[in-house]
Amino acid sequence: MIELADLTKDYGDVRAVDHLTFTVRPGIVTGFLGPNGAGKSTTMRMMLGLDHPTSGTVRIDGRHYRRLQDPLKTVGALLDAKAMHGGRSAFNHLLCLAQSNGIPRARVREVLDTVGLTSVAGKRSKGFSLGMGQRLGIAGALLGDPQILMFDEPVNGLDPEGIHWIRNLMKNLAAQGRTVFVSSHLMSEMALTADHLVVIGQGRLLADTSMAGFIRENSRSFVRMRSPGHERLRDVLHGAGIDFVPRSDGALEVEGEDAEHLGELAARHRIVLHELSPQQASLEEAFMRLTAGAVEYHAHDDHQPPAAAAPGAAWGTDWRKSPRKKKGA
Amino acid sequence: MAVVTQVLRSEWTKIKSVRSTVWTLGIAVVVTVALGALISALSKRDFDNLSPKDKIQFDPTFISFAGMGLGQLALIVFGVLVVSNEYSTGMIRTSLAAVPQRGTFLFSKITIATLLAFVVGMLTSFVAFFVGQAMLGSHKAHLGDPGVLRAVIGGGLYMTAITVFSMGVATMLRSPMLSLGILMPFFFLISAILGNVPATRKVGQYLPDQAGQKVMQVVTFGDDAPYGPWGGFAIMVLWVVAALIGGYALLRRRDA
Repeated sequence: MIELADLTKDYGDVRAVDHLTFTVRPGIVTGFLGPNGAGKSTTMRMMLGLDHPTSGTVRIDGRHYRRLQDPLKTVGALLDAKAMHGGRSAFNHLLCLAQSNGIPRARVREVLDTVGLTSVAGKRSKGFSLGMGQRLGIAGALLGDPQILMFDEPVNGLDPEGIHWIRNLMKNLAAQGRTVFVSSHLMSEMALTADHLVVIGQGRLLADTSMAGFIRENSRSFVRMRSPGHERLRDVLHGAGIDFVPRSDGALEVEGEDAEHLGELAARHRIVLHELSPQQASLEEAFMRLTAGAVEYHAHDDHQPPAAAAPGAAWGTDWRKSPRKKKGA
Repeated sequence: MAVVTQVLRSEWTKIKSVRSTVWTLGIAVVVTVALGALISALSKRDFDNLSPKDKIQFDPTFISFAGMGLGQLALIVFGVLVVSNEYSTGMIRTSLAAVPQRGTFLFSKITIATLLAFVVGMLTSFVAFFVGQAMLGSHKAHLGDPGVLRAVIGGGLYMTAITVFSMGVATMLRSPMLSLGILMPFFFLISAILGNVPATRKVGQYLPDQAGQKVMQVVTFGDDAPYGPWGGFAIMVLWVVAALIGGYALLRRRDA
C-alpha cells in the first residue's frame, strides 16, 4: 500500500507535482497515466525518497521510505532502464544491490533466470539492448521479492514480445496479492494491464477511478454519416428527431442510434450515402479529453475538440517543448 | 535502516567490478614508481654538478617520490570516478533506492575506496622508495635513517588523502568531467605555481598538496614553511574533512 498525501514538488517556479493525494492498493495493477512531463516520474522518485517533496508525504505501508529496513525487500522499482553502471556485468550489478539489502546471492541467479538474462549474466550491461537493460532493471526490482512494485514506463522501447512479457509479469505480480504501480503515457497500454487508473496532468490529479468505470464513462460510440445530399440528410434526421453533430469535413456524427436504422432511414428518403460507419471513441481520445484542460500549450492545429483529432498524431509532441509555468505564476 | 556491513560489502563489490578501478590504481603505481626511478637515476648522474647549497638540500627520499606528482593524478581520477560514476551512469538512483540513508551510502563508499587507496598508496610509496634508492646508489637514504620511515609512510598517507579529497569534491560536483576539470589542473599546475611564486607562496603552502607533501620530505634546510611534517599533513586532512562535509551536506539535501 502506498499513500500519497498532498504531495507537492516545485522546481524553482515550476510546479511539477501539485497537491497529489491518492492511494495505491495491493492485489491490483494501478496505472499511473499522464502526458509526458505531467509529473509521473517526479512523483515516483518522491515515493522512493530520491527527491524531496516541497510539501506533503508519501507513506509505504505507513512508513516513510527512508524508515524501511532493507527497502528492496519492501519496494522494488524500475525507474529508468539506464540507471546502472554500464561497465559492470549484469550479475555484479544485481549482486551489489542484493548485498546492500542482505539478500542472498542465490536470489541473483533466480531473478536473472526469471527475466531471461542468465546467458548474459557475465556480460557488461553497456552492450545490452534497451529491452535487455529493461529486463535487468526489472530483475533488480524483483530482487528482494517485494510486496510493492513500481515501474516507470516499462514498455518504452520494447519489442512486441517484450511488451507482452511485461504485461503478463505485472498481472501475475498483482494476482499474487502484490501492489503494482505502473506509469505510462499511453492509454491503450493501460487499458490492457491496469485494473485501476490514476490520471494526472500538469502535476494535478485528474482522475482516480477503476479501469472498468473509466471505460464505461468514456467509451462513446456513434455513427458517422456522409452524403452528397448533405442538406437533405440533415432535414431527414431532424424530421426523425435524431440529434447529430456536424463535423467540419461535412460528416455528421449521430449518437444513440444504430447504423442499420440510420441506413434504412436514408434509403427510405432515397439519400445517397458515401459513408455509414459505426465508430467507437477510443480510450486514448477519452484520455486526451481528460488531460486537455491540463495541457496548457496545445499543438496549434487542433482547433477542433481533441475527440475529432487523429489520435496520437501530433498530440504530446508539440506542447512539451513549450516552457510550462506554475499556475497563477 | 540498512546495515552498515551490508552496504560496505555492496560497495566492495561495486568497486572491484568495474575496470576503471584496476586501470587508475595500476597507472598510479606504475607512473609513480617508474618516474621516481627515472628521476632518481638522473639525479645520481647529476649529483656531482650540484652547487654546495643543493647538495646540502639533496633529499634522496623525496627524490624517489618525484613520480608522485604525476601518479597522484591517476589517484584523483580513481577517487572522482568512484563517486561520479554513480551520477554519470544514473546508478545513483538505483543505489539510493537500495540504501536510502545517504550518509551510510556515501561513507561506506568512501571507506571502501579509502582502504583500497591506502593499501595501494602504501605499496606504491614503499616500492617507489626502494626502487628510487637503488637507482641513487651511493647517495641513497636508508629506511632506518632519521625521518625516512616517517616520510615513506607519509607518502602512502599523502596518496590516500589526495584520493579522499577527490571523492569529497566529486560528491559536491557530481559530474566526472567537471570534477576532473577542476582537480587535475589544480594539482598539476595551479598549486605548484602558487607554491613557487614568491608573492603567493604564503597562501600556496596551505593548499592540500603543498602542505601534505611536507610529510614526505626528510631534508628541510632552507624551508620556510611554518609547520612541520605532521603539521602539514594535518592541514591536508582538514581540507579532506572539509570536502567530505561539503559533499555529505549537498548529498543529503539534493534530489537524486
